[in-house]
Amino acid sequence: MSESPIISLRDVRRDYALGAERVHALQGVSLDVARGDYVAIVGPSGCGKSTLLNLIGVIDQPTSGSVTIDGKRVDAMSDREATQFRLRNIGFVFQRFYLMPILSALENVALPMAEAGVPKDERVKRASGLLTYVWLGNRQRHRPSEMSGGEQQRVAIARALANQPKLLLADEPTGELDAKTGTEIIALFQRLNNDGTTIVVVTHDEDLASAAKRKIHMRDGRVVDG
Amino acid sequence: MRAVLAKASLVRHRARTMLAILGVAIAAAMLLDMVMLATGMRESFRELLLTRGFQLRLAPKGTLPFDTDATIADVASVVATLRRNPDVREISPVLGGSIHIPIRGRDLSASILGIDPRVQGDYELLSGTDLTAPNTIVVNQRLLRELGSKLGDTIQVSTGYDPQTRSYSGQRALVVTGTVRFLYGASDQSAAAVRRETLQQMNAQSPTRAGDRASLFMIRVRDNANVEAIRRWIEAQLPNVSALSIATAIAQVDQRLSYFRQLALILGAVSLFVGFLLVTTLVTVSVNERAGEIAVLRAIGVSRTHVIEQVVVEGVFISLIGAIIGLLLGLITARYLNSILSAFPGLPMAIDFFLFQPVAAWSALGLLIASGIGAGVYPAYRAASLPISETLRREAIA
Repeated sequence: MSESPIISLRDVRRDYALGAERVHALQGVSLDVARGDYVAIVGPSGCGKSTLLNLIGVIDQPTSGSVTIDGKRVDAMSDREATQFRLRNIGFVFQRFYLMPILSALENVALPMAEAGVPKDERVKRASGLLTYVWLGNRQRHRPSEMSGGEQQRVAIARALANQPKLLLADEPTGELDAKTGTEIIALFQRLNNDGTTIVVVTHDEDLASAAKRKIHMRDGRVVDG
Repeated sequence: MRAVLAKASLVRHRARTMLAILGVAIAAAMLLDMVMLATGMRESFRELLLTRGFQLRLAPKGTLPFDTDATIADVASVVATLRRNPDVREISPVLGGSIHIPIRGRDLSASILGIDPRVQGDYELLSGTDLTAPNTIVVNQRLLRELGSKLGDTIQVSTGYDPQTRSYSGQRALVVTGTVRFLYGASDQSAAAVRRETLQQMNAQSPTRAGDRASLFMIRVRDNANVEAIRRWIEAQLPNVSALSIATAIAQVDQRLSYFRQLALILGAVSLFVGFLLVTTLVTVSVNERAGEIAVLRAIGVSRTHVIEQVVVEGVFISLIGAIIGLLLGLITARYLNSILSAFPGLPMAIDFFLFQPVAAWSALGLLIASGIGAGVYPAYRAASLPISETLRREAIA
């Protein structure tokens, strides 16, 4: 028997009200992503890539259709359930890093662990290990303002991995980085995937998309290829 | 971690946070001053009345002590009646009046009290000796200064001035033996005291004030006695007097000060509301600026409750620091304002407008912290209710 997909979407629609108009951001998307896969979602701006990622990340709910992550229906979870689900199962990486400026790299990485109730000693040990994993073992006490964009994004990746999520979601993770630094992040994602993390990235970056095992093309709220 | 993040967001905009704290501090200072003002005069008056332990005062029927020139006749008979009550321990009859002292070609006017030095509760001796003989007088420092005299000097004191004939009904040479501070005297008042029999002798020729009279009786009762019962007994026995206990005197003061107190409470409430708005505005602005950050916190699994706690802690933090600074500021301004108001003509020097009471400070602090929590609730609710995906989308576009 084949293993069930970690992500499964069936006929997912997402409509928004934009003033008097109704925008159909997703129009019947069905999709499966296998465990350990590395998927890049690509397509022109406004095609629904980020909306799809938000639904997979349980920070939004579909207008209709079903979203199942790791065997759990997440499309109609209460806010409390969704928050707990994200905390334990999903890691997010954003284009603009969004690190807490007053906290050190170590404290930023430890933040989701504190929320999950991990004891302080273990938090520090695990956060330190994760920073070493993203090649920032020597920058643990630095604040975001003292780090380059690439370093900040690596801290954000370490933070996303804090609670050992089953799924890592990234929205344009190289969008604010130069080509050289972007290459470092691509290498890091490949390493993470090789170590068993399922990754879904939304990107315009051809290099990042090419590094993925699978590309999903979207257009006008529909999956057109992949 | 919540407290660390709350502190972090305040430290990020130091100047703005400092200005908000200063604003809250000023509101807190005003609130404390208004709370002190609302209760201070009443408490101060109560303490003043109890200074010498006299729990009852008798004045001519329908008047307050020294409110008019009216007097109670036949002091000996009144004292004898009062002595019949076993709970009455000490009786101090006081006769008030005014005197005139010719000095360097002009007439100095002053108020005078005729007292019994053994039981008097009207002044405390500052220097020299008390009224040891009938021909002695003690004066306050203001009068001594005006007289240009020193202890041991003899002065000519007149009573019963008739403005039509420009004459006096009584005159006597008295030796200044001491300087005193009158407990109920105003700061701008020149005052003196003699034995009551001395003043009576000087009034002997006055058509209205001759005889065994007193303007006021101060009565000390036994410990644990029922003051109110004694007050009622006195009024029943002496129909021509009004007996005032501390409680009834304070009730009358309360009645007279009620508008004043209401004004103070309204101003205090306005201060509290201004502080509340200030904190709400600052925290709301701060939340709006950090919308993206808050949405990310929510996305990585931080619960709504913890976001609310973090934002509320910000409000409480500003309010608490502002309140502590404000309470100190309030005490300093209260002291300054008290010194100005205490010099108000005609008011007893010992009356404090702003009386510090720990309960007032705790009340002000409690109200400010409660308002800080309340001020954080609206922005906290906004922060926790941010739609995560929508906010991130807006941030990305921005």
